[in-house]
Amino acid sequence: MADPPVAEHFDDAAQQRESAGLGMWAFLTSEVLFFGGLFTGYVVYRYWYPHDFVEASKHLYMWVASANTAVLLASSLLMALAVQAAEHGRQRRCLRLLAGTAMLGLTFLIIKCLEYYLDYREEMWPAVAFDPSKVDAHPSRVELFLSFYFIMTGIHFVHVTVGVGVIGVVAWMLRRRGDPASMRNTIDNVGLYWHFVDVVWIFLFPLLYLPGAS
Amino acid sequence: MSEHRPTAKVYYATGVALFLLLAATIVASKLSLGTAAPIVALGIAAAKAALVALFFMHLRYSNGISRLFAFAGLFWLVILMGITLADYLTRT
Repeated sequence: MADPPVAEHFDDAAQQRESAGLGMWAFLTSEVLFFGGLFTGYVVYRYWYPHDFVEASKHLYMWVASANTAVLLASSLLMALAVQAAEHGRQRRCLRLLAGTAMLGLTFLIIKCLEYYLDYREEMWPAVAFDPSKVDAHPSRVELFLSFYFIMTGIHFVHVTVGVGVIGVVAWMLRRRGDPASMRNTIDNVGLYWHFVDVVWIFLFPLLYLPGAS
Repeated sequence: MSEHRPTAKVYYATGVALFLLLAATIVASKLSLGTAAPIVALGIAAAKAALVALFFMHLRYSNGISRLFAFAGLFWLVILMGITLADYLTRT
């Protein structure tokens, strides 16, 4: 496995590689706490208003979200394989896998937009288009649930969009440079970011969609 | 920094496991588990996240300091949620 040229302040390639990874993990830690605040808020209100939150959850599109979960899981698999391809210096395979990851990411975004549209038609947009009579619960608490839903999935949406953009840029750079070895740490880190975004959704799905499923 | 990385087989196996867990969580959500439902759902989610972190994010093959950095996020999240809930869950 080859490496990019070692920058002056590192002892060797291994240390450079480790530093790159640690930097990314430090950033992901901040992201865990960023989403963590939202998750904590959601948990508190779910604890306080269990009935209202469960009833509100029933009006989300669980099967659409299930499909989207599958899309993201598959994209993580392709991303892991893309990182591996880069490690082995296989430029074309890496590019194909990065393209596949980005395509699945884009698919997720499109499905999510469709889902938001369905929510709109169902009149489950807090304040904008909301019909409280559809839910057998306290209207303001239902709107609270929906606010959490939109903001949490909305911020996740932004993260996926950024991820797709970064994958696009990295793929373009890789295409120009030819040898993935020179970009190995970058591709590793893009992988870490993408898997993190997947993990966030792995938790969003059961918390938001499954309470109303049974 | 460890050079060990999984084979493609490990990645595919992880992928299959993730999809099986997704199916499991959907099936479980349809059962009437009552108060156990969120625990089961989050348990399965934690298992999926662990698979992604250990295999896709290479933590199983990383050295101590990488794992420490990764664990730090979880550690502070537990503090954030734990102490917040310690307040709300113990109010009378």
